Amino acid sequence: MTRSVTELPVTADDIRIARLAAAAIALTVAEAAIPMPLPGVKPGLANIITLVVLWRYGWRDAAWVSLLRVLAGSLLLGQFLAPGFFLSLSGSLASLAALGLAGWLPRRWFGPVSHSLFAAFAHIGGQLLVARLWLVPHDGVFYLTPVFLGAALVFGLCNGLVAAHLLADPGRTPPP
Amino acid sequence: MDRAALAAWRRHLLAGDLLVLAGGLVATVASFLLLWQGEVPDRAIVRAGGAIVAELPLNDRRALSVEGPLGTTVIEVEPGRARVASDPGPRQYCVRQGWLSRGGAVAICAPNQVSLSLNGGGASHDSLSY
Repeated sequence: MTRSVTELPVTADDIRIARLAAAAIALTVAEAAIPMPLPGVKPGLANIITLVVLWRYGWRDAAWVSLLRVLAGSLLLGQFLAPGFFLSLSGSLASLAALGLAGWLPRRWFGPVSHSLFAAFAHIGGQLLVARLWLVPHDGVFYLTPVFLGAALVFGLCNGLVAAHLLADPGRTPPP
Repeated sequence: MDRAALAAWRRHLLAGDLLVLAGGLVATVASFLLLWQGEVPDRAIVRAGGAIVAELPLNDRRALSVEGPLGTTVIEVEPGRARVASDPGPRQYCVRQGWLSRGGAVAICAPNQVSLSLNGGGASHDSLSY
């Protein structure tokens, strides 16, 4: 057998991101099995991983984990390039942008719960924007906004608390 | 959940977190009020054969009889709401609709060519034709 001529060195960074992305993907797939009363309302459990990664390793790693999760999660659920994939992607990009901005907040007063809430609201905001501009070009899409915002508030708070809980115990997250 | 566990969760909420949480709550409630309350109607508009025959303010209790090709349709108004109390039409759709209270709501008694609508809100129809 000829030896491969391409060299793809795997760094410790790559391994860590792959491990965390795998955890996020597992949560995405598990979450898809939970029945929800409205399409578009989801707990977004994978965002707990994104928050932990953001807090521990920074925004760049969080972006990798989040986008890998969207890509691989959609492949596993058969949603790749379907409308749901683009909604998921736009929500994730909006959240990452919000998390990038929230990174400027002083950590003394703004913990993971703040980040989680900003990410949740940005997520639904990005999704509604893309839905309005592309999928349903009618203001009717905004009719359910109060429900989506309420869900973002509740799930943003819960995910943020869980992330804070995990971060408070160093033994539960892999070291940097 | 016991008190100690609750206190442990509460410790993860910093001052700024509570601020963000309150802001999110305000945004949610505001969106609910803005998008779901609609305009509060203050007039009931009664049409017969396409022409407006009466505009009744929704702050008083009164009844109005309107003549159509089949007979008399009775419109009833109460503070904040209005309904078609009786109609000679065969299927009674407009009567069974009951009280209308949302802005833009409409009850149409097509056979007798009478309609009752409330002002305010986006109209749910483009035009009426009998």
